[in-house]
Amino acid sequence: MKTGFKVDRRTVLRGVLGGAGVTLGLPLLDCFLNTNGTALASGAPLPVVFGTWFWGCGFNPGRWEPKKVGEGYDMNIETMPLQPFRDRINVISGTQVYLDGKPAKSHVTGLMAIITGDAPRDTPEYGSLDSIVADQIGTASRFRSLEVTGTGNPMDSVSRRSATVFNPAEVSPVALYARVFGPDFRDPNTADFKPDPKVMVRRSVLSAVSDQRATLLKTVGASDRQRLDEYFTALRDIERQLDLQLEKPAPLAACSKSDQPVDAEIGTQIDHVQANHKLFAQILAHALACGQTRVVNVVFSQATSPLRKPGSAMTHHILTHEEPTDEKLGYQPQATWFISQIMDGLAMYLTTFDGIKEGDGSLLDRTLLFAYSESGFAKTHSLDNMPMLTIGGAAGKIKTGRHIAAPSEPVTRVGFTIQQALGVPVESWGTESLKTKRPFSELLV
Amino acid sequence: MIKHHLSVGQLSVSLGLATLLLITGCGQRDEAPATKGGPPMVRRLTEVEYRRIVADVFGGSIKVPGHFDPDIRRAGLIAIGTSQESVATAGMEQYDLTARSIAAQVVDEAHRDTLVSCKPAKATEPDDACATTFFSRIGRLLFRRPLTADELRAYVGSASKGAKELGSFYAGLGEGLAAVLVSPQFLFRTEVAYANPAHPGQDRLDAYSKAERLSFFLWDTAPDERLLNAAKAGELETDEGLQKQVDRMIASPRLAAGMRAFFSDMLGFDGFVALAKDPTIYPRYSGQVSIDAQEQTLRTLTDLLITQKSDYRDIFTTRKTFLNQLLGSVYNVPSTAEDGWVAHVYPENDPHIGILSQVSFLSLHSHPGRSSPTLRGKALREIFLCQKVPDPPGNVNFALVNDTKNPAFHTARARLTAHRTEATCAGCHKIMDPIGLALENFDSASGYRTLENGDQIVTAGEIDGKKFEDVFGFTKAIHDHPMVPSCLVNRLYSFGVGRIPSKDEASWINYQVKQFEAGGFKVLPLMRRIATSSAFYRVSTPSNETTAAIAPRAAPSETLPEAGK
Repeated sequence: MKTGFKVDRRTVLRGVLGGAGVTLGLPLLDCFLNTNGTALASGAPLPVVFGTWFWGCGFNPGRWEPKKVGEGYDMNIETMPLQPFRDRINVISGTQVYLDGKPAKSHVTGLMAIITGDAPRDTPEYGSLDSIVADQIGTASRFRSLEVTGTGNPMDSVSRRSATVFNPAEVSPVALYARVFGPDFRDPNTADFKPDPKVMVRRSVLSAVSDQRATLLKTVGASDRQRLDEYFTALRDIERQLDLQLEKPAPLAACSKSDQPVDAEIGTQIDHVQANHKLFAQILAHALACGQTRVVNVVFSQATSPLRKPGSAMTHHILTHEEPTDEKLGYQPQATWFISQIMDGLAMYLTTFDGIKEGDGSLLDRTLLFAYSESGFAKTHSLDNMPMLTIGGAAGKIKTGRHIAAPSEPVTRVGFTIQQALGVPVESWGTESLKTKRPFSELLV
Repeated sequence: MIKHHLSVGQLSVSLGLATLLLITGCGQRDEAPATKGGPPMVRRLTEVEYRRIVADVFGGSIKVPGHFDPDIRRAGLIAIGTSQESVATAGMEQYDLTARSIAAQVVDEAHRDTLVSCKPAKATEPDDACATTFFSRIGRLLFRRPLTADELRAYVGSASKGAKELGSFYAGLGEGLAAVLVSPQFLFRTEVAYANPAHPGQDRLDAYSKAERLSFFLWDTAPDERLLNAAKAGELETDEGLQKQVDRMIASPRLAAGMRAFFSDMLGFDGFVALAKDPTIYPRYSGQVSIDAQEQTLRTLTDLLITQKSDYRDIFTTRKTFLNQLLGSVYNVPSTAEDGWVAHVYPENDPHIGILSQVSFLSLHSHPGRSSPTLRGKALREIFLCQKVPDPPGNVNFALVNDTKNPAFHTARARLTAHRTEATCAGCHKIMDPIGLALENFDSASGYRTLENGDQIVTAGEIDGKKFEDVFGFTKAIHDHPMVPSCLVNRLYSFGVGRIPSKDEASWINYQVKQFEAGGFKVLPLMRRIATSSAFYRVSTPSNETTAAIAPRAAPSETLPEAGK
């Protein structure tokens, strides 16, 4: 677990300049970021960005995995809405969650195994993949990561920094917009820039708080020390946000504010969830294009999918367990209807990212998006053949357009591959039978 | 000493050991069993506590905008979750925004004359003397102890720097106050213990930490001036001094806030944040209904337990509740009140009996579009009996349960019978479903019904060997269930100390359960016994730490001016 002070670009900046109030364009220091993305006219490379996109209750086995393994596959029935993006998508089928005798917590264990590399015995014990990645690529941007959820409960976030620090999700597009594009937003393309004296005072006042770190940490036991240190990490993030407000941001040609959103009703009704998800997609894509963050986490629907049609007593989750399988079709038609809705939502999300044009390509080309669900077959809570996709070219850091069939391989191989692709210095990932040292090397560039 | 067989850990998992409680814990009439206590705790303030402290210190006219990171629930309580939480960046942003808003209001022209007790020499310049007076008074209330000299210097320094930069004493003071409000000393209740040479390994909670634990237990807020003064004067170190404070606090109207906080936590009311009901199916249900439903239950509880001083178990059988117009329409009770809350007593034959028949319980533990006997049964076991219902097994073959050619199960009972006859599911569904089915006359939004899809609803069942026919027999069976009192004692103690009781505290808890029973299951005397016990304040150094490794808090700077002196 990382708790110590991390040497980030800001520290280097301070060290080099002796804190002498020099204003520097940030991309001059991009050499610290391990980036080699598509170059813009200015010559500065645009960095890779990472996202997770989770939905609850998975697919029907046999209806989502491409028939063909390797390159040149075609999407199966349930992933058909993603067909236009096929060449930028990897489908990984067949992987499994190993329990090692631990309980299978319905709709929880699968999610935790995929995103933290551990099937928890009780409560989650490790940070999530996105926060590991954010520590690698997100420490220099205004927000280390942004989290949203479509089904109304801020607790439905997959992102956690540790056993004790959980990143709750925004449930309202309006609130997310205010956070990203509200008064504290500095437009990187603005011509004139003056540091705000109030921000300077706030910055120095917060230093007075963070200066108490060492004294305070000495007064508590080891586990509490770690929790308080996590508090100070969060405080440093705020200080960094203020630092960025005091500097003239580097221009980003593709940056513009998204439109001021108007929330659809926040809840679980599918049309409202789709509408809010569309707003979230817009805000997040623009936030990435404007360099406000490099990691975004989306929960389309929580693990026990509460999605419902208006007036129906049955939610998607209840349907997966209680709807009879149609003998002719071979699947549960009502539950499956929600899967097509969810994939439409994902296709819309990709279209939004692809709509942000950056040079010859789009935001999607420098994105690595990890889309996954928590059960192989929700009807039986099965933990094999887990649904997992990676989407986007990751600024050239990953090969795409492949179907990898990996029967009985631990689910963690996907998360480990992502870490390797994004330059996280890690030799293995996961616990017990989920521990892996083997990336899918056919995907690594 | 009698060996007690029932550890607290077992309390939460055992379903069959209920009767053991009745034969343990006896023979200790005069002295409670000794305990070692747990480690000093670091607990994050809950949103409610944060808001209450701000209102206590600055008055109700200061608005606290924004939302906070949700609290996590561990072992049945948010109070236990608070000792495991930290702060995420998004949560820190919120604390920062909120702190700046509060600080700006405190120093604005409308409030500064009442909330800042001194005047600066010049409003456009720093005034360290006035800032010192302000921060030592406010800081003591917010940090629940006097500021150390270093802390005071830091905040006065911040205010001074801010005043200089911004050309305003009050603007600078506001910046300093915002820093106090985002500081870990405010946001975390950090308990401090000192080594006790007479009992190595067993430490003493310092007086301010003791006052803090007591105040949050009874009032769910920071200690007031009188309690802080008692701590300073060493009065909490004597039984007499401690009892005096406890009696004062129990007699205070603020006790209701503490009790409401406890029951909101125990009953899982945080779950209402994400509760959705389908408006087509339940047109009477709304966000306001879910807010009023919590209020109804909390009013019922405080009236019963504080005002009427009733037997705790009567919460399951009481016919008295409180309704407003909106809830009257949900329950089909014509309300005479123009607005506000009025007491309402249901007649003998009315099925609305006790808090289990209230909207807060029924709707919280249901699906959006229909009731759920399983969720209700699970909630009842976990909330009121402190039992943990095991997780379902992985890869359940639901085909056996649901995949029938004739899916026409009209009632929940018919649907769930299939679960209970399938061996892998039966074990757990047997302990949840019959309880929930007893409440099936109430739909997901708590509307009363006798038919589901045209079929008669049958509510007869059994809980842990007691048979019942209907909701009346059912609530009586819960009322008499032997795990109900022990669960409350366990939860109350856990709420106070912020952790699961240690194994070594099991006998002490059993002893308290006996006392609770002997006194007729009255809650206020139980709270008093806990709050005045030495066990409640006992701390021990974790085995992997030594006291020497943990530096004691720097001595408070008692020479600094304090409020009212």
